[in-house]
Amino acid sequence: MSQVRMALQTQLSWLYYQYLLVTAVYVLEPWERALFTSVLLSAAAMVGYTSYVFLPVHLRLVLHFFSGVFDGQAESAVTLMS
Amino acid sequence: MTSRPHTSEDTSVFQLPGALCYRLNMTESSSNKLLNGDACQRSSKDKKSGKNGFVKNHCLFQQPQKYRRPREKNHNVVRNPSLYNKPFVESYEETPLLVAVLTYMGYGILTIFGYLRDFMRHWNIEKCSVARERDEQKDFVPLYQDFENFYTRNLYTRIRDNWNRPLCGVPGSKMDIVEQVSHDYNRTFQNTGKIMRDVINMGSYNYLGFAENVGHCADAAIQVTEKYGSGVCGTRCEMGNLDIHQEMEELVARFLGVESALTFGMGFATNSMNIPALAGKGCLILSDELNHASLVLGARLSGSTIRVFKHNNMVSLEKLLRDAIVHGQPRTHRPWKKLLIVVEGIYSMEGSIVRLPEVIALKKRYKAFLYLDEAHSIGALGPNGKGVVDYFGLDPKDVDIMMGTFTKSFGAAGGYIGGKRELIQYLRCHSHSAVYATSMPPPVAQQIITSMTTIMGEDGTSLGADRLRQLSENTTYFRRKLREMGFIIYGNDDSPVVPMMLYMPAKIGAFGREMLKRNIGSVVVGFPATPIIESRARFCVSAAHTRETLDEALKAIGEVGDLLQLKYSRHQPTVTPGLGWMSEESYLQD
Repeated sequence: MSQVRMALQTQLSWLYYQYLLVTAVYVLEPWERALFTSVLLSAAAMVGYTSYVFLPVHLRLVLHFFSGVFDGQAESAVTLMS
Repeated sequence: MTSRPHTSEDTSVFQLPGALCYRLNMTESSSNKLLNGDACQRSSKDKKSGKNGFVKNHCLFQQPQKYRRPREKNHNVVRNPSLYNKPFVESYEETPLLVAVLTYMGYGILTIFGYLRDFMRHWNIEKCSVARERDEQKDFVPLYQDFENFYTRNLYTRIRDNWNRPLCGVPGSKMDIVEQVSHDYNRTFQNTGKIMRDVINMGSYNYLGFAENVGHCADAAIQVTEKYGSGVCGTRCEMGNLDIHQEMEELVARFLGVESALTFGMGFATNSMNIPALAGKGCLILSDELNHASLVLGARLSGSTIRVFKHNNMVSLEKLLRDAIVHGQPRTHRPWKKLLIVVEGIYSMEGSIVRLPEVIALKKRYKAFLYLDEAHSIGALGPNGKGVVDYFGLDPKDVDIMMGTFTKSFGAAGGYIGGKRELIQYLRCHSHSAVYATSMPPPVAQQIITSMTTIMGEDGTSLGADRLRQLSENTTYFRRKLREMGFIIYGNDDSPVVPMMLYMPAKIGAFGREMLKRNIGSVVVGFPATPIIESRARFCVSAAHTRETLDEALKAIGEVGDLLQLKYSRHQPTVTPGLGWMSEESYLQD
């Protein structure tokens, strides 16, 4: 169990290191890192909140729109035949 | 510096779509005058070949077909293989798209923070340690352009601990580095008092291993210091011309296979002070895109017109030569007084070797002069160590001006120029460096004499031949191993300068520091020495490195490559036992 925890910890710290390198946050001073991380996390939180609030509504509307198209096709075919 | 488009791994330089056709609207007499009164190479019957005034292309190097061939994947396509006596293999793998995008993103983030810090410095929220004018002078013409040093202030300073590391011993295959630490983010450094011993040296230009403080080179230099002292106190024109300088110059001329040679105390000054003596107003200098700063400075100081051709690209060079001969000087269309082609033997940032046989063929055809700067290739290439001319098996008399430095393979300092006797005698009187610069100190001159006699094998031992062989073996082994590990390596397979691509800005600093933690000193380079996204680590293989040292270095480079995810190459899949991140690796490699 502790080995799994160790492996997980190493994995996470390696991933954190890659994030630091790729975004070039590795060369910044600690207060700049805190600033960047807070901006990034607040942007991610805003994205998360927006999708939580609006995604179900948007998905329902999309499904309604597409189902309406198919129903409309079926109705027009029925009217043509009759 | 603009970024160069790496079109593909194919190094065939003849990629211009369509055939090049030139309309030559001139009579035979004016064409004769263009070539300085020499007989026109194009005979009259050539001009009648086209019906509508177009002369068919007589270029030496041209696209054989009219449409563009599908891009080939192999590396060593050379259109004129008859000029080369061995395969010319070089490769410049294309930057992976994802890596390029992430690199730009990293630079973007750093730029934003750079603006933020500059804003804080301007409004005195933060202490500014950069030179600024006094408040009373703020209304005057600005002394310091803030934006030009934007990159230095905001990126270079943050990773500055990777450069200017002080050594406290001889930079041989292993060296001692003084440990330094910075408490204010690389604005100032303090010595901790400790010394890192036996750091493997992968950055010194010590190609033949002559950087040593024991051995017969050092003993000879000590004896000469006891005879002459260490300073010269004069220029060559005045009382600074010693007999040891004349002995050295005769030896250099014999080594290179030229009539006569002239030596200077500094390699940079050799280029920058001698090109103005050779070219002037009314001359045309055709210089390679990636020439060293000393060549560029010398060309600019000379006052000639400078035209730049694409790196190692013979089609581009030929086009420029033809344009120069056909159109002459810009407004008056008079013929150029002199055409000077300036190339280097090995380009240290790319690791590429110049295509010398083709350059010489072009120079002979279009009657231009060739200035070859063998700073890195003298002593390091060729079966006898005589540089790139020896490597290709050409005649040294074909190169008009052979320049080189003693800094790299000979373990000394200074530069030389070799050529015909008339040229050297002219330079003795007209070169700034020969007339005004202090001459070479005697111990340095003796080091050159001893090392050169060793390389030529004239001291009776086989040390020179052993070292040359060791260097070429080390080069082949090191390059092969790095390529197998999956790194992107630029350059020719035979060049001892090995640039390994890093790309991302944070990895420049991280690589230097991680290598030092593993006791290996390496040189990392970024902008402005390289294009902005192509930052690299540059390794210099030496004959002083043993196979064990190279293996140690390769192991550490492999570890750091896994840690920093540097194995970008897409040619061979890396099967290294990383931390199990196969999915991430393949994602990044795409």
